[in-house]
Amino acid sequence: MTDSSLVLYGQTIAYTCYAVVIILVIAWFGFAITRKGKGNKVSKTLFYSFVSMLVILGVSLHIVTFNTIPWVSMDLDRKNIQADQVFDISMENHQFILPQEKFVINCGEKVMFNVTSNDLTYGFGLFRQDNSMMFQMQVVPGHVNDILWEFKENGIYTIRSTEYSGPKGHQMIIKDVVHVIGCE
Amino acid sequence: MSYIQTLMNGEQALFSARKLTPMQRITLRFVVVGILYYGVAVIEGMIMRIYQIEPITFLGSDHYFAILTAHPLVGIFGSTYLIVFGAFLFVVPFLMKKPLWSIKLANTTFWLITIGTFVFWFSGFLTHYAPLYTLYWPLPADFNQFDPLSGAIFITGIAIVMLGAVFFVINIFKTIAYTPEGWEKQPSGALLADAIGYSGLRNMFRRKSKQKEHLVDIPVAAIARGTVDTALNAGIILFTGVLILVYMVAAIMGYDLKTTAIDALLYKNWFWWGLDLIADGLVLIFVAGTWYLLAMMITGRKIFMQNIARAALLVELIVSWTVWSHHLLSDQSQPGILKIVSGELVTAFELITQGLAFFVTLATLWLARPLKMTNELKFLLGGLLGFGLAVPAGIMQADIGLNRILHNTQWIMGPHVHVAILVGLTMTLYAAIYLLFPLLTNGAKLYSQKLANFHFWAHLIGGIGMGAFMGMAGLQGMLRRTIYYEGEFNLYMILAGICGFMLLLAFLAFLYNIIMSVGVKGVLGIFMPSPNKTKDLLPAETK
Repeated sequence: MTDSSLVLYGQTIAYTCYAVVIILVIAWFGFAITRKGKGNKVSKTLFYSFVSMLVILGVSLHIVTFNTIPWVSMDLDRKNIQADQVFDISMENHQFILPQEKFVINCGEKVMFNVTSNDLTYGFGLFRQDNSMMFQMQVVPGHVNDILWEFKENGIYTIRSTEYSGPKGHQMIIKDVVHVIGCE
Repeated sequence: MSYIQTLMNGEQALFSARKLTPMQRITLRFVVVGILYYGVAVIEGMIMRIYQIEPITFLGSDHYFAILTAHPLVGIFGSTYLIVFGAFLFVVPFLMKKPLWSIKLANTTFWLITIGTFVFWFSGFLTHYAPLYTLYWPLPADFNQFDPLSGAIFITGIAIVMLGAVFFVINIFKTIAYTPEGWEKQPSGALLADAIGYSGLRNMFRRKSKQKEHLVDIPVAAIARGTVDTALNAGIILFTGVLILVYMVAAIMGYDLKTTAIDALLYKNWFWWGLDLIADGLVLIFVAGTWYLLAMMITGRKIFMQNIARAALLVELIVSWTVWSHHLLSDQSQPGILKIVSGELVTAFELITQGLAFFVTLATLWLARPLKMTNELKFLLGGLLGFGLAVPAGIMQADIGLNRILHNTQWIMGPHVHVAILVGLTMTLYAAIYLLFPLLTNGAKLYSQKLANFHFWAHLIGGIGMGAFMGMAGLQGMLRRTIYYEGEFNLYMILAGICGFMLLLAFLAFLYNIIMSVGVKGVLGIFMPSPNKTKDLLPAETK
């Protein structure tokens, strides 16, 4: 499965390019409207083209990500996919309650993290050694909170609550608990 | 004039609070207190920026989270609501050329929001009640972490603000529809239909020769349209507040009500439905309305493609009511259909409605060139740029795939929230303040253009820079709503802190410039009772 850091890299490039372009456009516009120009007209074709472009961009973003980010379709269809391993995790009193000390995952395995909260709304995220995020989900009490993930890279990962659950909960971290092994 | 004379009496002593009409006076009260609350939010923001670089030892984490809770609420309710409500209570009657329905009710709104904001801020400051603005159930009623009495005071403060918002809504719609004393009977139904965009929609399907003349200007239509969301939002927040208060009062009386009686996911849905009426409803629409107002007043022209712009306001009504689920894309129990339809597709429509307002405003300006680069024009362009940056950032995170790796990171707070609010919204509001300043002060002169220029550049660069560095940290995995003790993201946080400091300097320059323009006596005079009892908006001699 495509690593989430690669997706973030792509997003960074795309958004940075866009931000530079829009800043330059507004800067040019600010300069141009203070000058006398030939023909002060704005064609309706330009207007409708602009609106059409927005429609295409808005819809195509989701079509592109659905087809290129592998965890999207897997997430929407996760009830019909057989997980290789299932880890049942509880959260209560601002603590993780793990079924075992260490989660060992073999390369290529699809793993279901099934997290329940017995009191507050929490988050559940997996983080790399450099603090970057692999994925996260919300953990809502009284509901099923499960995420299916396929691991394709060796690594040691940290579990962290990604949602605020009061001042007592801001350091809900268990370091180096997930180990992925066997990838070449 | 000496420096002290200018400080006390304002630039060339041109401003006199005694000459203000009651309407000018109340509008200025809204704006002045709104600006002061903005200052509170900026200082709180700066404290948090420092905390993200190095946790401050004498400020415990519970105090940090209390600030984190109060900061957006003071910014939105104490500052934005006051400035926006004050400006609109003046602009609607100004554009409709009739008196405000009730100045007394406007005064009540002012005091309720001012006092309500102080109540919840002070409660949080003293007691560290910190469930954040999201109030995810059952955190606001978690009495292992929070004292129920302090929570009850905090929630009461919010409820007082919402009551003020309800009175604003009544005043706006009454002003649009009512017939002032001695006037010919006004077509109330037709005025309201035009105000919410219905007439614009009908005109789109009529031949040009058969299109009906609009009864209200497009900024009034946008204000009316955003006011619908203000009303619904106040209803949801009041309802939620009462629900939380029930738990608090029970706890104070010694009863322990079961929090499981309320479904946390259902609660999250209705609360986000209501909250999003601020973020994706009234903010976007009020901003669009202010852009149209500014473009009209700067150029003296009608708005480009105004029937479509009016119809878009009506479409945005549907969009803002059905868009909330993008906040629940990481909630695995949220139905997939809601995630795709509401969370992704309807949200993408905001790119279109806001993009349309963006284009229409730019086109209106373009048609009037050459224009002089006034303060209001440059801040308007800054506001347009802010939303030009922040809306696409929001559309990106409202994607099931990207949300998995962006939700609750600093990306959300940086390029999206802070760029939208600080650059998009606040610069638009500054543009309106610079534009209305001579009108509201009967021709007072700005003390220093150099300070206004510094205000513009420091705010623009500080706002975009802070958002960008927060965003970079977010893409590296830095979460929001937490504290990092080991300097994991220090490079980005130091750079964001420098940009935050620029925002603080920009605000101080603006505040100093305004005080020197109207003088300390002038600022204090606004809060004195008016010797003038007219319902007119402006004094007779300035009309």
